[in-house]
Amino acid sequence: MATRIVVSGLSKSFVMHLQGGVQLPVVQGVDFSVDAGECVVLGGPSGAGKSSILKMVYGNYGADGGQILVRDGERLVDVASADPRRIVRLRQTTIGYVSQFLRVVPRVSALDVVAEPLVARGIDRALARSRARELLARLNVPERLYTLPPATFSGGEQQRVNVARGFVTDHPVLLLDEPTASLDAANRAVVVDLIREKKKQGVAMLGIFHDEEVRAAVADRVVDVMAFRAAA
Amino acid sequence: MSAVAMLPDAETERPLLKVSRLSHYYGARLGCRDVSLDVYPGEVVAVVGESGSGKTTLLNCLAGRLTPTAGSVEFRMRDGRLRSLFGLTEAERRLLARTDWGFVHQNPAEGLRMTVSAGANVGERLMAIGDRHYGTIRATALDWLARVEIAADRIDDEPRSFSGGMRQRLQIARNLVTRPRLVFMDEPTGGLDVSVQARLLDLLRQLVADLGLAAVVVTHDLAVARLLSDRMLVMKDGTVIEHGLTDRVLDDPREPYTQLLVSSILQV
Repeated sequence: MATRIVVSGLSKSFVMHLQGGVQLPVVQGVDFSVDAGECVVLGGPSGAGKSSILKMVYGNYGADGGQILVRDGERLVDVASADPRRIVRLRQTTIGYVSQFLRVVPRVSALDVVAEPLVARGIDRALARSRARELLARLNVPERLYTLPPATFSGGEQQRVNVARGFVTDHPVLLLDEPTASLDAANRAVVVDLIREKKKQGVAMLGIFHDEEVRAAVADRVVDVMAFRAAA
Repeated sequence: MSAVAMLPDAETERPLLKVSRLSHYYGARLGCRDVSLDVYPGEVVAVVGESGSGKTTLLNCLAGRLTPTAGSVEFRMRDGRLRSLFGLTEAERRLLARTDWGFVHQNPAEGLRMTVSAGANVGERLMAIGDRHYGTIRATALDWLARVEIAADRIDDEPRSFSGGMRQRLQIARNLVTRPRLVFMDEPTGGLDVSVQARLLDLLRQLVADLGLAAVVVTHDLAVARLLSDRMLVMKDGTVIEHGLTDRVLDDPREPYTQLLVSSILQV
């Protein structure tokens, strides 16, 4: 299986200038890789730096050192050093992300929130909407909500919209930040199925799952983030 | 993975606007200093900072409305060549402003003609680029009013009779009707009610995406920058102190001033 993500020597700390410049080390010497068709789970207690690692792979957080190589078609992109426009393109074509919370855009319907990543890739809006509809239906989002902006939805409904938005594309790399945190058992099972389907399609996934049952169902390997704990 | 050599990205895309070491002084007083920036086709760049940080001075220099004291601004003309903005004649620059650029002012009254009809405000830009057929112009104007959600029966009304939000939407229609390649926006949602702002932002987002516009948006509102832009620049005291991917600058700010800005956002 082809390797899709290689992280090596990655380090990160925060400097809080408003708190007198105190430096908060997060992780150092992070090394792992993710192959096509596998789901690697970042493990460790809260505050260990799982989310920071995931955000660095997406380019959302900057890295202090090390490399994050992501295969983009025939070439490798180092997210840790790529210029912003490269990262914008990488997100359009290669790296998908399901965040824990939905950042709502005022006035945009749930259906269009989900269809948007497809439209951004040049897929016809009608086709994008029909794929969005299928996925929302699988995730048991009531049809009457499709035309409404998700701002007023419950936490679980928002999360399902978010999951649908992340899974609707065929990005070869998918990052999952607790995609099942506010879901009931039935919908957790749907997400587990969706992850298994992505594996069959050869998608490389890197995720954080606190729910043990979900983790056991989807994880091919667990990377213990405590091993990368930065010395304070 | 090691089988694939690390290739540098083939940058086939060329910048539309190239700004190098630009400074502007008002007499002895600093407007902005040593700003370099490239804007590529189809991307939205936000310039944020508080009042007096130099962001509007920068925007006015980029749009050829102010002559920089030092540095250069180059624009890629339709023939593919970069031309220095300030090497163009005044007439050439005016033509460019009508054909290839848009400029959305914070105060719509500055960008509209308040005493001619809404339809004429939109149609005028089309006539300026050589459209002469009344029927086509009116049809296009109607189409654009619909796109910015202004009812067709208001086409003959003057913008004086419009609300602030409607005026701003009309100004946007007037600017975009000629399909400019680059749009400058100065606080496009400033001075509007929050609900009106949300509607306008959503509209701008959609239009920018549908038309593949490049835009430079000046705003003091970080939420506007997050929703509209791919990249952002943070200005303080006339200089750019931090720049990068919009969500990275907002979620992982490095500079003390950017951290202060981000932490000062009111949460609702």
